Amino acid sequence: MNPKRKKRLIIILAIVLGSSLAVGLTLYALKQNVNLFYSTTQIANGEAPKDARIRVGGMVVKGSLKRATDSLRVEFTLTDYAKNVTVVYTGILPDLFREGQGIIAQGKLDANGVFQADEVLAKHDENYMPPEIKDSLKNKPAGVTQ
Amino acid sequence: MKIKFPLWFYQLASPKWFYDITGKLLPWFSSAALLLLTIGSVWGLMFAPPDYQQGNSFRIIYIHVPSAILAQSCYMLMAVAGAIGLIWKIKMAHIVAKSCAPIGASIAVMALATGAIWGKPTWGAWWVWDARLTAMLILFFLYLGVLALSSAFENEASGDKAAAVLALVGLVNIPIIKYSVEWWNTLHQPATFKVTQKPAMPAEMWIPLLIMVIGFYCFFAAVLMARARIETLEREKRSEWVKTVVENA
Repeated sequence: MNPKRKKRLIIILAIVLGSSLAVGLTLYALKQNVNLFYSTTQIANGEAPKDARIRVGGMVVKGSLKRATDSLRVEFTLTDYAKNVTVVYTGILPDLFREGQGIIAQGKLDANGVFQADEVLAKHDENYMPPEIKDSLKNKPAGVTQ
Repeated sequence: MKIKFPLWFYQLASPKWFYDITGKLLPWFSSAALLLLTIGSVWGLMFAPPDYQQGNSFRIIYIHVPSAILAQSCYMLMAVAGAIGLIWKIKMAHIVAKSCAPIGASIAVMALATGAIWGKPTWGAWWVWDARLTAMLILFFLYLGVLALSSAFENEASGDKAAAVLALVGLVNIPIIKYSVEWWNTLHQPATFKVTQKPAMPAEMWIPLLIMVIGFYCFFAAVLMARARIETLEREKRSEWVKTVVENA
């Protein structure tokens, strides 16, 4: 490689590495702000700010969903399998909202540590399968795991 | 450091050669794209089974995933072509890089739009300022920046250089898009396909997806060649061979 081209190659590598380093450090510094939501453990440990609009994400605990009979108010528990947070929400839940599913709620934490949500988003996972396979997995005799 | 490439590789750097060879390849790529995209979309949209949770709305994956993959590949090609143009001063490399930008921008828009359409029924929101979505939006803006910069100069060569440098700086965004779902808590789900693992999707769903991805690449190759050929004629308009080509057309 002739020296001129070599020099240009080195300059270009330096530009790419330098900008990557700058962006990398910025993102590292802003780590908490880049995260879309707090985990339930962070909320339970008091790491999330009080009286600020935040998001919490986790799995809806099976059997925890309670619907009010006279309004759209729902109450459910979110978990990350370590700590739980109770969420209260009034409104229409997304179609994919199910017990055992991941969701993200936006709102405020009240004084009792209950999360008052004003928006609930359903998170779906990376697994896709036809309904028949899901049924056959469900109908497997107990004790058999794949 | 001495690496030998086959002769045709060096010949691609010659505008006339590039024009001739892409003229021969273009019909193959465009017919392959037409064939694969037809098979893939009919299979994916009509015959692939619905998802157990998302039902039929998951089918937008057959457009969303190929366009998201292609938008990133196109960016990498643009940056690498720009680097080759800067280092070796090859005209053809800049022509290819310049032709990538508008195609990549439109495909990035397609990925963002199909993602929003998918997001509404599954997440319950068209748009969320999640790391993956935001990084993808930045990719779109980078394309716009490259487009604007390459035509902002009176002198073509300065525009090429400026656009190539911006494309290279923006390259850092590609790994951010890829790993955003692993580094941070995001609403967007992690990758379904990993090199080291079996896909988290049955074959009757991913085969049409694979056909669509290959179809998108063929489409991209065809459109890129078509754009680069026109750009080549435009830039080489004073040379003898272009005059002959134009006269014979």
